[in-house]
Amino acid sequence: MATGTTHGARDHARAQEGSRAEAMPILPARDWPTPPPGIAPDRVIWAETVAGGNYTHKALARGAELRLTDLAGDACAHVLLYADGRPWERLNAADTVKVLWNAYLGEGHLLLADQGRVLASVIADTSGRHDALCGTSTAVRNTARYGDGSPQGPSPAGRELLKLAALKNGLEPRDLPPSVSFFQGVRVVADGKLEFTGSAGPGAAVTLRAEQPLTVLIANVPHPVDPRPEYVSTPLEVLAWHAGPTAPGDPLWEATPEGRRAFLNTADHLAARGIR
Amino acid sequence: MTTTVVPARAPWSAVVRKGQHLTITDLGGNQAVDCLLYDAHDTAVRYSAPDTIHAQGNIFLTTGSVLLSNEHTPLMTVVEDTCGRHDTVGGACSKESNTLRYGHHTWSQHACVENFLAEGAKHGLGKRDLVSNINWYMNVPVEEDGTLGIVDGISAPGLKVVLRAETDVLVLVSNCPQINNPCNGFDPTPVEMTITEDVCA
Repeated sequence: MATGTTHGARDHARAQEGSRAEAMPILPARDWPTPPPGIAPDRVIWAETVAGGNYTHKALARGAELRLTDLAGDACAHVLLYADGRPWERLNAADTVKVLWNAYLGEGHLLLADQGRVLASVIADTSGRHDALCGTSTAVRNTARYGDGSPQGPSPAGRELLKLAALKNGLEPRDLPPSVSFFQGVRVVADGKLEFTGSAGPGAAVTLRAEQPLTVLIANVPHPVDPRPEYVSTPLEVLAWHAGPTAPGDPLWEATPEGRRAFLNTADHLAARGIR
Repeated sequence: MTTTVVPARAPWSAVVRKGQHLTITDLGGNQAVDCLLYDAHDTAVRYSAPDTIHAQGNIFLTTGSVLLSNEHTPLMTVVEDTCGRHDTVGGACSKESNTLRYGHHTWSQHACVENFLAEGAKHGLGKRDLVSNINWYMNVPVEEDGTLGIVDGISAPGLKVVLRAETDVLVLVSNCPQINNPCNGFDPTPVEMTITEDVCA
């Protein structure tokens, strides 16, 4: 198609509509062909496949449920959460493991802010291979390991992609605290050593419930201690739908005394702001 | 050489120039020293617990540990440690997290985040500049099932850790005031901070 004129260039551009890529967002999200069981299509608010070595971000309402799926078995979702519009309240990985007395993320774990409140809860998990200790990769480390860590290169670093996601939400590099990651496991063994347990295989999924209005940043890149010499990163499916926040009476609300007080603090804070 | 005794429950900060050594001495024993590091010339580059952990393949800090930044560059190196191991998983106590960990009755108690904020503000740092920190002399084991917690310390009076600055580093410290767990032996005590020139130069 000739692109030597404005009209030709316009026709050329418009002819691309309807093209499909392996990794892309689906709009409107309700057109996602396979909504979760029991979820009406018009409740789906985010439907996207994120390429390996790429990233995404979204502002999510309180009560949204966010399901991440490791489609081919080598996704690793590096996640940061912020109270939407209040960037000084954000994921605190240290409080997340310390307050809940457990280093490993899984169903029932709460992702805590540094304000004694819950940002999101983990309400389902078929993987069990996650990490809250090792953070994500950097340009320096990826350059040493793979020869490049830039966003435009073949082996982007998680921190470089999270910087871009942050900047698009009015945040700055200093707003990036340690992140948590899903689908590539790390355990602590004798004498504090780390053991990489890798993936649970294709199809593993984890579902988070937004307990406050959130800004969510996600980079899909290899785990920083993945021992393989190649940069292996496969697509991540992201699906979110409107549901409801954890409420008194939900078993999760009462699961631990620390969690109950975190939900109480969150409800107290949101009620004062007029957010239900 | 400059030596400062940081009173119990108080903050402290200083710029340690490249090549200088910072010695942190646990005067009374089992006193957690919460510590953050910043590139003195670009505070967006700051201590990263996860980079430090994944680079050394171990959650504990001791002699030889390189304290890395969020850009995976060395800020300081532990050149001597007479205690044995230190924590960088547990983060800092705060008034807010104390309400989760112990209950709302602790709300009026002082906490490390208060120290970090008050001292950091002197250097233009704010809430958004606080990240997961080092806890010198704090003992945080992780069990096989992931259970993790602050338990009785392994430090003693006079034990020290010596850090060499690999670049000009702003060191921000909270001499931990926590009284609800054993990180300070339920009795916060002073610590000593000494900055010396590189004796090996």
